[in-house]
Amino acid sequence: MTDRRTPLARVLGTGSAKDGTGHWWSQRITAVALLVVGVWFLLSVALLPGPGYGEVRGWIGTPWTAVLMLILILSTAYHSDLGIQVVIQDYVHQPFLKIASIVVARFLHVLLAAASIFAVLRIAFAAGS
Amino acid sequence: MNNVQRPLSPHLSIYRWPITMTMSILHRVSGVLLSLGFILFAVWLMAAANGAETYDRVTGFMESLLGRLLLIVLSAAFFFHLASGLRHLIWDMGFGFEIRQANAGSWAIVVSTVLLTLLYWLVL
Repeated sequence: MTDRRTPLARVLGTGSAKDGTGHWWSQRITAVALLVVGVWFLLSVALLPGPGYGEVRGWIGTPWTAVLMLILILSTAYHSDLGIQVVIQDYVHQPFLKIASIVVARFLHVLLAAASIFAVLRIAFAAGS
Repeated sequence: MNNVQRPLSPHLSIYRWPITMTMSILHRVSGVLLSLGFILFAVWLMAAANGAETYDRVTGFMESLLGRLLLIVLSAAFFFHLASGLRHLIWDMGFGFEIRQANAGSWAIVVSTVLLTLLYWLVL
């Protein structure tokens, strides 16, 4: 069959979604990151001497914990946003509602990520001074 | 849709329900649950950043019966999504597509979810 795509379309190879495998690939990368950092988080929280205010702030305040928490927050937000987007695309059929829900979901993810990052930094910088 | 009189090709209802279908649904359900858990995670961190009083209110809820139950469900969702996600990565590499492997893998995921959740709450 004759290829009816323009030479540019063939070179870009991104198909009708104009997006290629970016979404899929990002989901895998964040999945691998979360595999490590998610297990680290659950283990660390369980091994804390207690769930109290002082213990948790002391833990988040140590430099490497704060850095890993930031990585956890970023990869969670990104991975969750990609996943929720696919769920919305599968179940919301009305075009406007679909786009609107995806935008709202993204805003919520940015809000949660920003809040979590701010909280970790505030605790970490307070611990250092 | 109009009432279709012509023969239709077999659809979902004609197949015996395979476990891989349940696994696919559970992967999605656990993912959505974990997204909701992200809200709790952010609230917890913000409370810790805000002060002892706010923090104690949040942990007070988490230590209540409802809160505990929520955390146990979230941890089970995490372990399921972890195990099932690991299999997705293995599938991505091109392994484990035979029906027997897919079924065995599914049961392995169910068993490890239960074991990891029990281990997490009873041992750690």
